[in-house]
Amino acid sequence: MPQMNMVQAINDALRLEMRRDSRVVILGEDVGKVGGVFRVTAGLFDEFGDDRVIDTPLSEGGIIGAAIGMALYGLVPVPEIQFSDFIFPAYDQIVSELAKYRYRSGGEYPAKIVIRTPVGGGIRGGHYHSQSPESLFIHVAGLKVVCPSNPADAKGLLLASIRDPDPVLFFEPKRIYRAAKGEVDEGDYTVPIGKAAIARDGKDVTVIAWGAMLYECLEAANQAAEQGVDVEVLDLRTLWPLDIEAIVASVKKTGRVVVVHEAPKTCGLGGEIVALINEKAFLHLEAPPARVTGFDTPFPYTLENEYLPLAHRILPTLLETARY
Amino acid sequence: MRPAIDTSAYGIHASSTASERPAPSAARNPHDTEAPDVVKVLREGDTLDPTTDPRVAPADVLRLYTAMVRLRLIDERLTALQRQGRVGFHIGSLGEEASILGSAFAMRDKDWIFPCYRELGAALLRGMPLQRYLDHMFGNENDPAKGRQMPDHYSWKAGHIASVSSPIGTQITQAVGFAWGAKIKRDELAVLAYFGDGATSSNEFHNGLNFAGVFKAPVVFLCRNNGWAISVPTERQTGSATFAEKGIAYGIPSVRVDGNDILAVIKVTQDAVARAARGEGPTLIEALTYRMSGHSTSDDPRAYRPEAGLEAWKELDPIARLRRHLAPQKLWTEATDAAIEAELEAELKAAIAVAEATRAPSLDSMFDDVFATPPWHLVEQREALKKGPRPKGH
Ligand SMILES: Cc1ncc(C[n+]2csc(CCOP(=O)(O)OP(=O)(O)O)c2C)c(N)n1
Ligand SMILES: [Mg+2]
Repeated sequence: MPQMNMVQAINDALRLEMRRDSRVVILGEDVGKVGGVFRVTAGLFDEFGDDRVIDTPLSEGGIIGAAIGMALYGLVPVPEIQFSDFIFPAYDQIVSELAKYRYRSGGEYPAKIVIRTPVGGGIRGGHYHSQSPESLFIHVAGLKVVCPSNPADAKGLLLASIRDPDPVLFFEPKRIYRAAKGEVDEGDYTVPIGKAAIARDGKDVTVIAWGAMLYECLEAANQAAEQGVDVEVLDLRTLWPLDIEAIVASVKKTGRVVVVHEAPKTCGLGGEIVALINEKAFLHLEAPPARVTGFDTPFPYTLENEYLPLAHRILPTLLETARY
Repeated sequence: MRPAIDTSAYGIHASSTASERPAPSAARNPHDTEAPDVVKVLREGDTLDPTTDPRVAPADVLRLYTAMVRLRLIDERLTALQRQGRVGFHIGSLGEEASILGSAFAMRDKDWIFPCYRELGAALLRGMPLQRYLDHMFGNENDPAKGRQMPDHYSWKAGHIASVSSPIGTQITQAVGFAWGAKIKRDELAVLAYFGDGATSSNEFHNGLNFAGVFKAPVVFLCRNNGWAISVPTERQTGSATFAEKGIAYGIPSVRVDGNDILAVIKVTQDAVARAARGEGPTLIEALTYRMSGHSTSDDPRAYRPEAGLEAWKELDPIARLRRHLAPQKLWTEATDAAIEAELEAELKAAIAVAEATRAPSLDSMFDDVFATPPWHLVEQREALKKGPRPKGH
């Protein structure tokens, strides 16, 4: 199997699906000739042409609104939003329209699109090239939210997202676009939406993460092992609907849990996960569930590595929770 | 029928038949600056068009020439610092200096500027200290933005420069509200809102022009039509022949100007300010110029446009054109540029040294200004961060 990074694996998934299904179209800013500012759509314009790989005017509301219309007509649009920080001009179309189309039409008009967008910090992008807005979409009924951590999952989850009947927000952790490498099957395969993966098996404490922070958790887990603490790392992969069975099973095993995410703490997905654990596995807990997250401030430029929940901040919480 | 763009004030007849309409792609064609509706002052040779000449004092023309040369040198230096990994990012204005400096010059001191991210020249012309800018570029403790924003996202309230934001178009409506607020309070001032050709596709361009048209807000909308929005050419932003004609639909007098002719940019901006001052409301200016460099230090334009396309625009270089006007009057000699460069070099060197040697903002500073006073949760998070371990390399 060939080695790929995240960018190549996502590109491979798009190419495969566009060859297989002529209804699939890509639209967005700079996605055409130049192949996206992160080069994720590189080469697709040359292969599929301007009708299917479309550079649009600079309007996210236009991109998503038009994608919804195309979907209603029967195409399968996979729009790209250049940075998830710039998705907000399209928020009305996503929240008021996309998420509710199937419901409000009694199932007559399922509007199915997959919005791909880079997410998270790590590129010294300051306020507007670094944020993690997943909770703002999870809170809206009717949207599925995915965030892969490695190339093989990225390809399989993107193919599953495009074939899923519901609208999907596909967040691509830009910090590991090129850093995360691995073997990727060249063929057609899917990774199921709604299924987490155990990235590291352990028995003392569970840490739940996704995207780029998974690697920080693995690093912290290795350091914890040196101190005799055996950490289980759960890669959520699908943020909504999340794999409640995998979470509950792991918490029952370890009795201790830490959730890690880049987004600010308040109303972050970590809060929801902890609430679910309290509802479904409270009597199995041996320590208070903990969160290691971004702070409740805008994402800073110079102090980026102080803001992010990197291994140095995860480790003390892991040890504390394990030894509680 | 082409909507009327009122250029009668300039003694130039707007082309009026459909066949004379420039093709939608013409905005990237340097020859479009020769279209009859495009306001120009600088003519071949050393003469000025007397019908449009804003009659800028020679000392001011020289000041603007100096500002253009300095701006270009600053861009070069920041780009080099980025390549060396000393600064994280830079977005420059190579080729667009006249559009930026001419329009900023035409605003009065009491007026305000709502910039996009490419108008450093406007802030410097208003006197923003180089040290302030470099402290920001290095995101250090002395950065007035406290190292929170990425490079080239400054603000300078004392100089009436609003805060730069990345999301495209947001400043346009804000400029309208600011100007409208002044109108409500019966304060006579004007607001200059800068944005690119790409931004004319944003929601806020349309909101901004619509509100300004309805409420006659004293705003000067300055669209830097530099041919590109990163890799996307102007014909992908609009099906209109020009960006200026979009103003007409909102009831806003609109004009195209040769954006590489600094005197012409001054002329149309001064006229727009005068109109605002008379209580007649907004003006839309489309400045025809060209982004000679990549979009920013993150962009390599060779991936989407041929280098050859630059040649014709090099002929229209705004600095060279003003120089050709200054030289015959002995306002410019070979020694002028060297003197400007030497002076700037000394200033830059000193400011960079200070900025680079200044430490990062404090951990506490990250939690300030989220709210006027930090609530309990931020106090808690701040104290936890300070007690905890530092990341590698800190
Ligand atoms: C809402 C939003 N979408 C996308 C971007 C990414 N982006 C940054 S600059 C840019 C192009 C802007 O082009 P234009 O308005 O012509 O200004 P120019 O850079 O040419 O001066 C894009 C797409 C952004 N900053 N904000
Ligand atoms: Mg532009």
